[in-house]
Amino acid sequence: MRSLRILALCLLLAACGSSTYSWGWYVVLPTTQQGTDNLRFLLSGLGWTVSVSLLAMLISVLLGLLVALPGISERRWLRLLNRGYVEIVRAVPVLVMLLWVYYGLPVVLGISLDAFAAAVLALALSDSAFEAEIFRGGIQSVARGQHEAAEALGLSWTDKMRYVVLPQALRRVLPPLGNQFAYMLKMSALASVIGLTELTRRANELVVNVYRPLEIYSFLVLEYLVLILLVSWLVRRVERRLGSDESRA
Amino acid sequence: MSGETGIVLVERVSKSFDGFRALDEVSLAVRPGERVVICGPSGSGKSTLIRCINRLERHDSGRIVVDGVELGKDPRAIRAVRREVGMVFQQFNLFPHLTVLENLTLAPRRARGLPAAEARATAMHYLERVHIPEQAGKYPRQLSGGQQQRVAIARALCMKPKVMLFDEPTSALDPEMIKEVLDVMVELAMEGMTMLVVTHEMGFAQRVADRVVFMDQGQVEETAAPAQFFAEPASERARLFLGRVLGH
Repeated sequence: MRSLRILALCLLLAACGSSTYSWGWYVVLPTTQQGTDNLRFLLSGLGWTVSVSLLAMLISVLLGLLVALPGISERRWLRLLNRGYVEIVRAVPVLVMLLWVYYGLPVVLGISLDAFAAAVLALALSDSAFEAEIFRGGIQSVARGQHEAAEALGLSWTDKMRYVVLPQALRRVLPPLGNQFAYMLKMSALASVIGLTELTRRANELVVNVYRPLEIYSFLVLEYLVLILLVSWLVRRVERRLGSDESRA
Repeated sequence: MSGETGIVLVERVSKSFDGFRALDEVSLAVRPGERVVICGPSGSGKSTLIRCINRLERHDSGRIVVDGVELGKDPRAIRAVRREVGMVFQQFNLFPHLTVLENLTLAPRRARGLPAAEARATAMHYLERVHIPEQAGKYPRQLSGGQQQRVAIARALCMKPKVMLFDEPTSALDPEMIKEVLDVMVELAMEGMTMLVVTHEMGFAQRVADRVVFMDQGQVEETAAPAQFFAEPASERARLFLGRVLGH
């Protein structure tokens, strides 16, 4: 909540600095009927922003893990497969990926996706390459001796990964995963371009109507800030619950 | 295959790491119930040898047969051998995110298919055998080195192995903790467990070994009963080695 206060202070300073601009905060204050309607309109994008981000994150984590596993294989062609995926997917700008999935897939594969599905798919794909690298790093940070102990006990590869290696790797990658969550929330703003009525799209639409861009975009900044602070708080809670220092022994 | 005597058979096994010949045509046969101590200077190939026996290292040539199963490329044969061969590492290698009890029950449940209750009972039985049943609910990092190594021994025993491999089990321990681990190993030996132990603890070798295998430069230089090995080693290199190990 401290960061909220700092932001408010910054806005206040900015307001004092540019004396020629007369602020019209009334557009987003619930003191008038218009203000209440505007707020309701802006916040109506929240559901899409949250659901796109959550779903895309879930898929990208699973996909990332799936891509990371061949990256630690002893077989060269599997490692190349991982390398190829990461390098190619990582090179595509998120916005380009989004446009390509939304406008390109119907032409290339005959699959037509609505804005929501296209946004989820594009964000998930984009992020999966980063997730894959995070997971690969996490898995490789688990000591060789852990693999050997699991193997010496006769565990299968799947059991070794599931019960011994991944639980330890996961604890270590929680901080970077939290980063990706925050990143995903912010990138979901791009979905406004293909017409998904999420937070940013709603802000744009309102700007056209009431022409108070500074106030509305400032409110938008605040919306993302609250969401991301919430994510940070959640990730820290999970970190504490899993006791991330247990893997150091 | 079954006509061969010995629970562990190593025949003319060689292994190189990037041009360094770690094992050079090593042969060794271990009978059920036998206690073999393997010693030698560092880099002599003794750890590599026992790590080949449960396929933590792949041998380049020769044959290794454990309990009638030859180790090769077949992953199922490898897992079958590993289920029957327990291993204790220098660095303990306990699973830090699991409690002591969970460390002990994981493999019996997943690799042997034991029901939870039975795996738990087995685990408690072996924790008592290594004298730390009260630590069952703790995490490895909460235990001393000696306790951790005893948990590691119990973890291996929970799979009810036919052979136990020890790879310098006391080398990472503070001096005051070595005895508690060796005591557990002696008890295990007295109960008739087949053991291959890589160690510098010559006192342990004298007390429990049926045979001492002295390795140097990837070869078995000498094999003898402990009394004979320590009294008058046949080879010059063994003499030099003993002089260094026992000299202080």
